[in-house]
Amino acid sequence: MPSNGYITETTIEGAEGGPLAGKTIAIKDNISTEGVRTTCGSAMLEEYVPPYDATVVERVKEAGATINGKANMDEFGMGTTTETSAFGPTDNPAAPGHVPGGSSGGSAAVVAAGDADLALGSDTGGSVRCPAAFCGVVGIKPTYGLVSRYGLVAYANSLEQIGPLAPTVEEAAELLEVIAGPDERDGTTREPPVEEFADAADGDVDGFDIGIPTELLDGADEDVVARFWEAMDELEAAGASTHEVSLPSVEHAVEAYYVIAMSEASSNLARFDGVRYGVSGGYDGNWNDAFARAREEGFGEEVKRRILLGTYALSAGYQDKYYKKAQDARAWVAQDFDEALADADVLASPTMPVPPFELGESLDDPLQMYLADANTTPVNLANLPAISVPAGETSDGLPVGVQFIGPSFGERAIIRAGSALS
Amino acid sequence: MSDASADSDGDTAVDPETVEHIAGLARVDLDEDERERFAEQFSDILSAFETLDAVPEIEPEPDLTNVMRPDEVTESLDTEDALRNASETEDGQFKGPRVS
Repeated sequence: MPSNGYITETTIEGAEGGPLAGKTIAIKDNISTEGVRTTCGSAMLEEYVPPYDATVVERVKEAGATINGKANMDEFGMGTTTETSAFGPTDNPAAPGHVPGGSSGGSAAVVAAGDADLALGSDTGGSVRCPAAFCGVVGIKPTYGLVSRYGLVAYANSLEQIGPLAPTVEEAAELLEVIAGPDERDGTTREPPVEEFADAADGDVDGFDIGIPTELLDGADEDVVARFWEAMDELEAAGASTHEVSLPSVEHAVEAYYVIAMSEASSNLARFDGVRYGVSGGYDGNWNDAFARAREEGFGEEVKRRILLGTYALSAGYQDKYYKKAQDARAWVAQDFDEALADADVLASPTMPVPPFELGESLDDPLQMYLADANTTPVNLANLPAISVPAGETSDGLPVGVQFIGPSFGERAIIRAGSALS
Repeated sequence: MSDASADSDGDTAVDPETVEHIAGLARVDLDEDERERFAEQFSDILSAFETLDAVPEIEPEPDLTNVMRPDEVTESLDTEDALRNASETEDGQFKGPRVS
């Protein structure tokens, strides 16, 4: 595969019949597949073979889909470009020479290239929506608790959801229908008010009220903003109305997201010590020293950076300064969204403030990389659903995505809004 | 430990010794290049995190309740499957590094 979209190619046949019969699906490589290695894009788990299927994998197999590969990703989901993968970068089929976005970059790339009909990704701070926008496909980040995380290798549990990627809104909604619903193996799943999503992709936004948070347009690329307003014009022509809203809290969302995600990561990734799974290095002596050496070898630089910063944010004397303030910001963002969504059916923004970076362009400055997640991270902090849909190209031919954000368990509203953009 | 401290611009300065201390807590060895690069990057990143000081104290909505269920024994992974990914095992158990 020249684009390097898959880490492992395979064929796992689904059940006979079912709503996804005849479809191929790529599974992000941090979602467990029984008997097929699941690396998380990390050298640490290069040879890890899960003894069980994730709940979403069971569900897509029961629905008749054929799994055709494990998709490339930023190591443990930590990145916005898929370049932190230990298995090399993935090229963007919609913009060759550019990154496919991340962290579910392989999932978006194989759908964009037509190598898989559908894909599953995971979205902790934008990791489904960013690659969907960069590759010109559709991606949905479900409401926290709609989709089971059982079998998803955890990066930041309180923020992440597994979500679908597909060429069209309707196909993404169909896949969401298959994977959604409570699971006794994930205590954070909930009984949703509705479980039918595909029939909401009817393009009917007549009478829809769309709020536009001005903070999410500030500083965005000129072409991206132009495509965004054209999309809003299209929705208004279809009978929707738009109004601007202000969400002052989102100015702090990226920082709050990174403090929380890194803190959770520092705890979640403590399990990789090379004893039960993962590379061990074969070191003897003091266990802490042996584990530290195994982890030095097994983890890439971005993963080390986040584990260390999370450890720092949780260490004595700094918890109140960083972690507690980040939780305050998280509650503030949730309140702001609740208020804005009381007067709107959905909120809209560019998915990413910038078009796809050139391959290799962005690895040097981690802080600049983090700031690119300004429009996607607030949604995870607020536990809300959001969809990214294609909205044309920049003057250089690079894909642009528009994001619709809905109220809790308001998947039908974002699917309807997204389906109205042709 | 040597500590992160605010410099004259009010930015957080992190030195390689602090990075080394944190790396020890996190059980991740670093080489010297990484220590120095991380010290510089952490100064920038932590300075950005400082902007959270401007966030007001928020009472989150108290919508969390405990959900209980009976603790019943159900089928789970058998020992062989659970040990399959370990680099070393002995008598049906994981084997850690030899201490001496």
